Amino acid sequence: MRHTLAVLVENNPGVLARVAGLFSRRGFNIESLAVGRTENPAVSRMTIMVEADDRVLEQVIKQLRKLIEVLKVQDVTKEEHVDRELALMKVNAEPAKRAEIIQIVEIFRAHIVDIGRKTMIVEVTGDEGKVNALENALRPFGLKELVRTGKVAMLRGTRDMTTNGKEVEE
Amino acid sequence: MKKKMSGGEILVRSLKREGAEVIFGYPGGSVLPIYDALYDADIQHILMRHEQAAAHAADGYARATGRAGVCMATSGPGATNLVTGIATASMDSSPLVALTGQVPTALIGRDSFQEADITGITLPVTKHNFLVKDVNDLARTIKEAFYIATTGRPGPVLVDIPRDVSGGTARYVEPGPVELPGYKPLVDPDPAMVPAAAKLIAEAQRPVIYAGGGVVSSGAHEELRRLAELIMAPVTTTLMGIGGFPGNHPLSLGMLGMHGTRYANYAVCECDLLVAVGARFDDRVTGKIETFAPEAKIIHIDIDPAEFGKNVRVDVPLAGDVRRVLQKLLDALQGASHQAWMERVDTWKKEFPLQYDTNGLKPQFIIRELDLLTGGNARITTEVGQNQMWAAQFYTYTRPRSFISSGGLGTMGFGFPAAIGVQVACPGETVFDIAGDGSIQMNIQELATVVSNDLPVNVAIMNNGFLGMVRQWQELFYRRRYSYTEIYGPDFVKVAEAYGAEGIRVTKPNEVRPALEQAIASPKPVFIDFLVEREENVVPMVPPGGSLSNMLG
Repeated sequence: MRHTLAVLVENNPGVLARVAGLFSRRGFNIESLAVGRTENPAVSRMTIMVEADDRVLEQVIKQLRKLIEVLKVQDVTKEEHVDRELALMKVNAEPAKRAEIIQIVEIFRAHIVDIGRKTMIVEVTGDEGKVNALENALRPFGLKELVRTGKVAMLRGTRDMTTNGKEVEE
Repeated sequence: MKKKMSGGEILVRSLKREGAEVIFGYPGGSVLPIYDALYDADIQHILMRHEQAAAHAADGYARATGRAGVCMATSGPGATNLVTGIATASMDSSPLVALTGQVPTALIGRDSFQEADITGITLPVTKHNFLVKDVNDLARTIKEAFYIATTGRPGPVLVDIPRDVSGGTARYVEPGPVELPGYKPLVDPDPAMVPAAAKLIAEAQRPVIYAGGGVVSSGAHEELRRLAELIMAPVTTTLMGIGGFPGNHPLSLGMLGMHGTRYANYAVCECDLLVAVGARFDDRVTGKIETFAPEAKIIHIDIDPAEFGKNVRVDVPLAGDVRRVLQKLLDALQGASHQAWMERVDTWKKEFPLQYDTNGLKPQFIIRELDLLTGGNARITTEVGQNQMWAAQFYTYTRPRSFISSGGLGTMGFGFPAAIGVQVACPGETVFDIAGDGSIQMNIQELATVVSNDLPVNVAIMNNGFLGMVRQWQELFYRRRYSYTEIYGPDFVKVAEAYGAEGIRVTKPNEVRPALEQAIASPKPVFIDFLVEREENVVPMVPPGGSLSNMLG
């Protein structure tokens, strides 16, 4: 099963190598990894997608927690959460095909962010399924380039990482 | 206003503040400012002859004392030579602080002379590592390094110090308490789990305690003995757990696993409760994992929650310092008696003792003689292979930290330099490295270290002219095709004498006792070259991937 892990780390040089190295040397598979700073400049947040059964997942989480610079690890897969991914797709777009592409882009509430002589760049944000669906819809036109950021995720409502997934008392 | 100090001076002061008494090191260009500070510092420095040996010596010191061992090397090749020693300490959870020089910060990343990315290289084999980029961070970093190395599950920490940092100047500021928000070592177990464990123990009819290195490192040997006696459970130890339970105790089963005793392995196979104490279900212990302790419920006590369920399923995990967990557990337990079970175990003990025949000069006999002569009170280090297994099987270890061996990584060349660290930590005690003729050649240059530092380390070489353990596997599993395992060695007596140590050659059983007596009495380091039976095997043996119930030999 695929899991989405939210990982808070100290924003130090080398911390990405520590996390990535842990995955590779213990034979865990990273499907995607997105990292950036948080509301606290000293803390970065990674969203890691990992394909693992329960036993492996438990090891992944425990081994991550052993890293000194890892502050918090949470599996948000089964929690109520929002996840989003952004993708840029450069698609073949001869003038005759453009109207059709624009129509598809509108259906997906995506955007066209660049138009070249024979291509357009489409920007889409959404959950994985939506990005996959758009990719499949545009593929027949000829996808020249595709880049995806990897998923970022956040718990819904008042719960947050600092309360470890438990409801905050209001 | 306080006077400014060099980075090297700050380092020395920080080491002293952490209670470090000795550094095992080797100088070089990038550590010149540190060595300049050491020149008139009130801290001992042992000059090794190879950086790998420095790491093993610091590791041996740590295992003998429970305090962090400190080693030091220069940048580049000095640092990379430490790596095997660091990995050895990592696999056996030994508290090591490795200090390395680095090229000046401005030259990092430019493939400078003697540059190696040692924090990158040691990432997978350290508990944590640091690159200090500002001399003002040095004192605090050293404090954090010792804290991380010695707390929680101990392990090696490397601190990489560029030459402009050790050569820079700053005011020494006493670091405050360590604050590492991502590092909170466990101490006490979850109180809710203790009654669950106590219930399983109360219900057990055939309990076995399986004790590992965590017993030794947490100082829980006394609690372990009380637990075993209270619930009347036999105790088997891993290689790392040797000494954590007295080998001469009636409840002792000796070691389990691949070269464990038959009675330990049979007891594990038939027990209905296995209490794992500071052990990690290594493949050399479990054999075929599907058939390991098939009838047992498992209680697993460990400081590292990542060990629970890593290799076997666990019924009750108890996370925390082994000693504290055992104290809480003892408070929750009633005495128990398992007469029928103990009788069964004792029958196995009588039926399947460790044994060897006495035709010719046998390594087992030599180790038994050493055991009798020293009353089980010597500090024993080992190399890796047959010598290590015989040392584990035939010496009676009665106290913790008296058996020091590379368990997890299995590092040949460990024993001799480790013995140096042990002898430095325990002056006046009898220290023996039980070696093979292959392993001893991997760090034989340390003869110069023991001679020049007047360290009366004894090395008992089980010289069979083979890489014995590999030869044994070739005999058993590769139709005696001894591919490159017959190994030529020098005249070890002459080598020892050339360095200024003493050398003794033994070829007959009746020469063993006098040679050992002579070595123990000698104020010099001694090599004893025992020309043993060449094709003796370590038995009994669980073939690789086999079940513990099915032993050869």
